[in-house]
Amino acid sequence: MNAFIAIVRRDLLLAMRHRAEAANPLLFFVIVVALVPLGLNPRRETLELIAPGVFWIGALLATLLSLERMFRSDFDDGSLELMLISPQPLPLIVLAKILAHWLVTGLPLVLAAPPIALLLGLPTSSLAVLLTTLVLGTPTLSAVGAIGVALTVGLRRGGMLLSLLVLPLYIPVLIFAASAVSAADGLPVTGQLYLLGALAVLSFTLAPLAAAAALRISVS
Amino acid sequence: MWAFLHRFASPPHFYRRAGAIAPWLGWICLGLMAAGLYGGLVVAPPDYQQGESYRIIFVHVPSAWMSMFVYVVMAGASAIALIWRIKLAEVIAIESAPVGASFTFLALVTGSLWGKPMWGTYWVWDARLTSELILLFLYFGVMGLYAAIEDRRTAGRAAGLFAIVGVVNIPIIHYSVEWWHTLHQGPTVTKLSAPSIHVSMLVPLLLMAVSFKLFYVTVLLHRARCGVLERGRNAGWVRSLLARTEPE
Amino acid sequence: MTMTESLVDFFRMGGYAFYVWWSYVVVTVVLALNFVLPMLRHRRVRRDLAQELRFADRCDEP
Repeated sequence: MNAFIAIVRRDLLLAMRHRAEAANPLLFFVIVVALVPLGLNPRRETLELIAPGVFWIGALLATLLSLERMFRSDFDDGSLELMLISPQPLPLIVLAKILAHWLVTGLPLVLAAPPIALLLGLPTSSLAVLLTTLVLGTPTLSAVGAIGVALTVGLRRGGMLLSLLVLPLYIPVLIFAASAVSAADGLPVTGQLYLLGALAVLSFTLAPLAAAAALRISVS
Repeated sequence: MWAFLHRFASPPHFYRRAGAIAPWLGWICLGLMAAGLYGGLVVAPPDYQQGESYRIIFVHVPSAWMSMFVYVVMAGASAIALIWRIKLAEVIAIESAPVGASFTFLALVTGSLWGKPMWGTYWVWDARLTSELILLFLYFGVMGLYAAIEDRRTAGRAAGLFAIVGVVNIPIIHYSVEWWHTLHQGPTVTKLSAPSIHVSMLVPLLLMAVSFKLFYVTVLLHRARCGVLERGRNAGWVRSLLARTEPE
Repeated sequence: MTMTESLVDFFRMGGYAFYVWWSYVVVTVVLALNFVLPMLRHRRVRRDLAQELRFADRCDEP
């Protein structure tokens, strides 16, 4: 458990030292969301219709961009190999890395959501649902993404491949979260939220195991 | 049984056996396919709702079945390769991917060629079409990962692990897409429900399905022979094999 | 109904010729490629390996 906390703390500290780098995904997210009304038309009805999808696709892409950081620098400086041979169970270490990644990229998305929702003209009544989907959905993105990064960490140009591997696996989260947000105006959304929660629990149980196995394969 | 499996899984033995079996399977496959095509294109009567256009079913449905079957085989072989470290299972998993991707592609193309006369458009965001498309992406992921990693052993194991991750996700993706589809389903798309299929159509369909399966096995054996040779380039049996067949 | 008439009828596929025959053409092409490419690959692999082997043998000789 100590190792778990130590790794989370270390990763947060590293992120704090490179604040500009850590803020990039969030800026990317804001820019993507701001571009969509420019590319389409900014009429209120159109925006309201597409806002949940735009919001979540932006969140998906922002997470994707930041995924590489999860293991890349550790791989480059050799600390990843030390983690592999350490007596601590590797899935636990991976879980700590996932949690740290979420704290650095997922949590800022949640915090930045209300003003961006205003930008897209989402009705304030659905804001609570949007925040809930983000809280339940973004951890799944980090956890599933960890598998993809672990598989591609040894590659010099893994970026495009990473998106090919990870994006199909993100589809369920996108579907449930976006539909919950669009249904939030009066329709019941508990079903979607339960499913998002189930996905989060499932991915947090299985993804560390898979990612640990993937690390053992690709770092050898 | 176990001893037999181990003997069969040894590369030289597999290489010889597969080379002997593959032509037979190929001919049986060709015969069944000819019979299935004759039954499907000539003998079977036109459908009373869809007319002649339903004849696409005889290639569409077997392709769709195979697209999923091959994925399951690939994931199963990957699991065997990762757990028991059997090299042959690794080769089979990797060499299955392009064949499975081909079947998935065929299912998509024939599906949209069938969709145009029936639904009036080549593509609808139908639940089954969409999950088939995602299946194709997963196949590409496996192939891309295998191609990107230089060391063949590492590449095979990494791609295998991704195949297993995919097989866990396929049901989740499928049900989420289905659920999404029922929410967004517009009233314009009328899906023709096929009640009980007539025997004159069922028999060619099954013939085609069996022949597609045999086709997969035949091609897989050919591909796995290449894979086994490539991986064993420094092994003694490859040397003696090549020395024996050397023309000079 | 003469022989040619029924043949023409067969190829017309009740007005769906384009869709039916194109799907069969695509299936044939893709399956044929799937069959032929491994054959070619097999020949290439064996040729390459044999060449490698000859080269290695020549290097072994003094």
